[in-house]
Amino acid sequence: MRTLIRATAALATIGLTLAPTAASAAPTSSPGTATPSPGAATVTKAGTSFLTATAIAAGQPVQVGASTGDHLYWSFRAEAGQTHHIAATVSFPKGRTGASTWTVEVFDGLRRRQACTAGAQTPTADATATSVSLGCTLRRVRPWAEPWSGDPLPGTYYVRLSVTDVPEPDLGLPIDVDLLVSVDGEGGASGDDGELAAPLVPNTRAGTLLTAEPTPEPAVEEEFNLTGWLPEAGSRWVWTTAGGVLAAVAGVVGFALTRRPRRP
Amino acid sequence: MINKRGSAAVLIGLLAATALIGPTPARAGDDTPETPAEPPKVELVLDVSGSMRARDIDGRSRISVAQQAFNEVVDALPDETELGIRVLGATYRGKDKKQGCLDTQQIVPVGPVDRAQAKAAVATLRPTGFTPVGLALRSAAQDLGTGSTARRIVLITDGEDTCAPPDPCEVARELAAQGTKLVVDTLGLAPDEKVRRQLLCIAGATGGTYTAAQSADELTGRIKQLVDRARDTYTATPTVVGGSAECDNAPLLGPGVYTDREAFAEHRWYRVPVRPGQELRASVSVALDRPVNPDYGVLLRATATDGRELVRGVDAGSGRTDVVSAGLRWSAAEDTPTPSPSGTQTAETVCLVVSNSFAARPGTQVTPGMPVELTVDVVAASPAPDGPDLGRGWALLLLLTLAGLVTGLVAGLLTRWWVATWREN
Repeated sequence: MRTLIRATAALATIGLTLAPTAASAAPTSSPGTATPSPGAATVTKAGTSFLTATAIAAGQPVQVGASTGDHLYWSFRAEAGQTHHIAATVSFPKGRTGASTWTVEVFDGLRRRQACTAGAQTPTADATATSVSLGCTLRRVRPWAEPWSGDPLPGTYYVRLSVTDVPEPDLGLPIDVDLLVSVDGEGGASGDDGELAAPLVPNTRAGTLLTAEPTPEPAVEEEFNLTGWLPEAGSRWVWTTAGGVLAAVAGVVGFALTRRPRRP
Repeated sequence: MINKRGSAAVLIGLLAATALIGPTPARAGDDTPETPAEPPKVELVLDVSGSMRARDIDGRSRISVAQQAFNEVVDALPDETELGIRVLGATYRGKDKKQGCLDTQQIVPVGPVDRAQAKAAVATLRPTGFTPVGLALRSAAQDLGTGSTARRIVLITDGEDTCAPPDPCEVARELAAQGTKLVVDTLGLAPDEKVRRQLLCIAGATGGTYTAAQSADELTGRIKQLVDRARDTYTATPTVVGGSAECDNAPLLGPGVYTDREAFAEHRWYRVPVRPGQELRASVSVALDRPVNPDYGVLLRATATDGRELVRGVDAGSGRTDVVSAGLRWSAAEDTPTPSPSGTQTAETVCLVVSNSFAARPGTQVTPGMPVELTVDVVAASPAPDGPDLGRGWALLLLLTLAGLVTGLVAGLLTRWWVATWREN
């Protein structure tokens, strides 16, 4: 009976030491507090198509003057495990004749539309408003997905800011655009397995037409790989090994608990 | 949790080895751009017709504002950019419309700019004649010549074309449909409704932008921005390709970017060879270069040569936009038996078909078709990961620890029981 009490006490101690650690390990993300990274150079350009999109980095502020009706493109790189937030403000230095609806759209490297999980993606600005704020929080980037799925994958992402509904007399009027892409989660620590062989970075070189179907290639003999059957290197190895060590220690402790108490 | 296929000892030894090797680094992107043989080329086309005399921009005449803007742009011109200046309506003072509508000259040829000479040429301009925008655009396209890189025309005008036909918007669409990538950005000086419509149409037809300039600062800032943009983006030009009506004789595409034209309700087919172990990636953008009904969509399908659909990418929308895009990935299933017995791998041909669901408004031109931009890439396939042989997380640690503790307790109790029994006997 005494042994049992000691065993229960030991278990409770382990549980108590693990529980707070587990709670504090959960990521504490706070979207909405998007601030530019210190020292990041401000980008003052924007592209006008997918091919000419201006490359920016997360945390790099964008300030650009444009005309109402322009379609402005930027691109940024995303890694697995990251969640991106896009915040944009369009300000109107001149008076307008009517309400206009603005939109920020995000596409992946294959120009597939990406869903926003939060944020004002298509707000409408009244005729009297001097600025309008747009926002979009993307899904967490996965390290791998089936080719048939539309899940977000590592690679290039395109942001397009434009006006979708505007009275015609307001087209061409000047606007000032501020944009910031911020990121949560620095890659790596992701719940998913697998890896994309090549990130979704589009090939932007001019294509070459092929004149004939390519000739059959000799099949590559698969090399015999001694460690090929092992799971990929990653944090799972560390977790499992740590679990094994803990189990061994707990086994020894458990064994010791059953020892006949030494008589005084 | 522990890998069933190997013993624990082997695992721990190999764990140390893999930890040292570390994860395989991601493939470094081949980002080095090809060095283009040509410099960026821009031509400013300035309207010097009689209406430019109007003094309605900050109390100054439109032409003096434009001249000041040109001077500042020429001063700030990047060294590598080749700039030309063409004027329209600058010399003919008569009333004969036929003659006045031929009045367009290039006052600074496209090339490395002699700043003093260019400024002198701009300073002599006096508002004079008619507004032959269409002819000026056509001539400007000729000035810029043909080549492998994009050309940009910046059209600055205050009045609508007084010489149609040719309608400047149709000229712009016709120029854009020719082989060379040509973008026309338009600037309206204190524009009225007709000018705005016309300039919007020209800009939309070529993928350019439209700006209403109402002050000298706005005009200067915008022209500078457009000239800089020409330098930053002029190398991004796709290869022209003509898709066919069926898969059998469709053009074979290698990796890269292509451009084509597709009419309303047309299907355009292309073929891409994909070897086993490779993944096909394709995306398509169809540009709305003319007024269409507000709801639209684009569909990109990949099919096998026998017509079986492999995968599709689709997007739809409504409202004002520039392009509608869709994309897809496809790789052959891994367990497909290789048909050739001689130890060779035959590339499978995948057919790509682009279709659209745009609807023309009454009076919208249907030819040439709308610009299509197609990106094709063939990369290594990403096979599905095996089931996770190892575990992760605090719950796993707790479970393993509990299992170890229980095992230790049971082993201890058994040992005690066994020792007691052994002693008694």
